Formats: sequence, C-alpha cells, structure tokens
Amino acid sequence: MINYASREINCKLVYYGPGLGGKTTNLEHIYGKVSPNTRGKMISLATETERTLFFDFLPVDLGTIRGFKTRFHLYTVPGQVYYNASRKLILKGVDGIVFVADSQIERMEANVESMQNLYDNMSEYGYDLTKLPFIIQYNKRDLPNAAPLRDLQASLNPGWPIEDGTHQKITPDPTHPGENLVEKVGNEWIGRAPYLEAVAVRGDGVFDTLKTVSKMVLKTLS
Amino acid sequence: MAGAASWSFSENDFKQIQQHLQTFLRDSNARCALLVDRTGQLVATVGEAPQFDSAAFASLTAADFSANDQLAKMIGEHEFASLVHQGEKESMFLADVAKRVILVVLFDQRTTLGLVKLKGKGAVEHLNRVFEAMFKRVGTGPTASEKGLLEGAEDEIDKLFG
Repeated sequence: MINYASREINCKLVYYGPGLGGKTTNLEHIYGKVSPNTRGKMISLATETERTLFFDFLPVDLGTIRGFKTRFHLYTVPGQVYYNASRKLILKGVDGIVFVADSQIERMEANVESMQNLYDNMSEYGYDLTKLPFIIQYNKRDLPNAAPLRDLQASLNPGWPIEDGTHQKITPDPTHPGENLVEKVGNEWIGRAPYLEAVAVRGDGVFDTLKTVSKMVLKTLS
Repeated sequence: MAGAASWSFSENDFKQIQQHLQTFLRDSNARCALLVDRTGQLVATVGEAPQFDSAAFASLTAADFSANDQLAKMIGEHEFASLVHQGEKESMFLADVAKRVILVVLFDQRTTLGLVKLKGKGAVEHLNRVFEAMFKRVGTGPTASEKGLLEGAEDEIDKLFG
C-alpha cells in the first residue's frame, strides 16, 4: 500500500511453512539484529508452549526510496495443520511470500503438505502464487539428516508451466550459477521460485532471504 | 502486479477522511479514531495520539476483525459489521468501512457506547462513500502513478540492500 499523504510504502511479507520449520526463528533473529530505531515491537500470539497460535508480527523500516519511507511488515503463520482457518487470514493482502521449508528428510511430507496448503489458500483468495514475489528458504541445512537440495527442489519447487511467450526466455538464477529460474524442460517452459539455504537458529541466510524477497516486492513497483 | 490487494490514496482523499473523523470525534466525544486496512496497515489516526505501538495495534485489529468475520460465517451470519470491546475504563468500537478498511474508535467514560455507536454509524456512511469513490477511481490494481512510482529506481533499491 502506498500512502501519498504520509509518503510511505508499506508491504506485507508472510513467512509460510510447516510447523517447527523455523518461521518464528527467522523473525526473532531479525528482531535481535536490527537496530531498535528501524524496527517496531515484535508481537507473538503463541500458545503456552511457544507454538504460534495466530501469527508473529514484526515491522521493519528498510530506508527511503524516492522520498518514500519503505516499511515491511513481516508475519509468520501458525505452521500446524490444525490452524488453517487463522493461517489463511494472514495471507490477506500479502505482497511477498517466503516459504520456510524444514530440510530434515523426516519433514518432507510436512513440507509438501504445507506447500499444497499455501497454493490452495492463495487460490481461494484469487491470488496467483506464481505471479507474486515468492521464494523458498531451505532451513536447518546444518542438520545431519538434512535432505539433499536436489531432492528438496524436486519435491517443493519442481516448476510451473510458463505459457506467456514473452516470459519464455532462459533466466539464470543469480545466486546459483549453472541453474535457471526459467528454462525449457523437454517441450515445456517452466519457472521456479528462487531459493536460499539457511540455518535460522544461527542467523545464516536469514537476512539474505529478507533482502531477496523485499527487493522482489519493490521491483514489482518499478 | 504490486501485491495481491494493492491500493493507494491521494492527499485529497486523506484530507476528506480526516475531516469526517474529526467531525465524528467532536460529536461522539470519543478520544481517538484510527483507520486500519484489512491487511493490518494503519491508514490514518485522528484525535489524541495513541501512547501504544500503532503498527502492532493495527496488525492485531485486522486479525481480530478477520477472525470475527469467520466466526460470523460459522454461525450463519454474513458478517459482524461492528465489534465492541468494553473495558473498565477504556473501550473500543470497531466497524467495517467499504469491506476494505476498519474504523477503530477508542473511548472512555467521557462518553457512552450508545453515543459512539450512533455517531459511528453516520461516520461509517460518510467514509464508505469516500472509499468507494476512491476504489472506483483506482480499481483494485495498482494505479498508473503507483506503477511508475519506483520506475528507474532499481539503483536506489539495490543500494538499500547494500
């Protein structure tokens, strides 16, 4: 939302993904590292056992562009399957999405289920995930039982068909040399979401994720 | 597209909104009125400046209203167009505006819920007209000016992220 009166650009980012995947940890790390002058209060609506019940919320000021103060509102959703009704509410008016996947092999099914749930909830609002700024963060890369990236990509980011001819051109992935975000596979053009690796408890990859998605959101305005 | 539910408003729209809210505050004797959009972003504040974190307040308001919307549907109502949270000293009245914005009124013992509701109804009607005209003018997608706001600003965006 652009407010010409107060000269502010406000954008809403949602961290989505399966339960215990590290969404709240991402926000906690940002909260801990960003100067108190540039962030607001972090709100967590959680159960007594620290599981997200409704959402976490953290506003962060990124700076000024063209005289407009850019403020990003970061939200997480409750990851547990049970909380779908409240999870869906948080997606309302979203400008960019980070899917935080749990790299552990045992959580593969939970990742896939959550990704499907994201597509379903978005389409119920009439939003097209493939047309919004959307990235995947593979979290917990330090764990010994982390699945290979190749397998995670195949399950969670296999690509969507690109039918619009103007977008059918090879687009290299800037962060992964030799890989493409848009390419032709067989006879079909497909697009994939950019992805990053992270160890959110240590803060690795947390800011790279935020920067990548925020930049994508701002570039949709240019 | 700039986002799933993008919209923008001009300084003129903002002035009209403020005028309606000021009139409402004077007539109802409420302390403060805030407008929050359904995505949880604060649009305007009029009256006594709130002492709390207004960004957090706005996000919770939107979540509260959305949760109650779903509760309404579950019991067979189309919506709860307004909500009241009554405290010992401080209370809140929330009302839907044009299905996109929430009017939040903070009031204390200097007035009554009845008066706030009565005057709130009139304010909501005025605000509905302002917002509906605004949405009609800009549609639901980004406006031309919004689309072009950051045109050529790639360098600035890159710089922002070091």
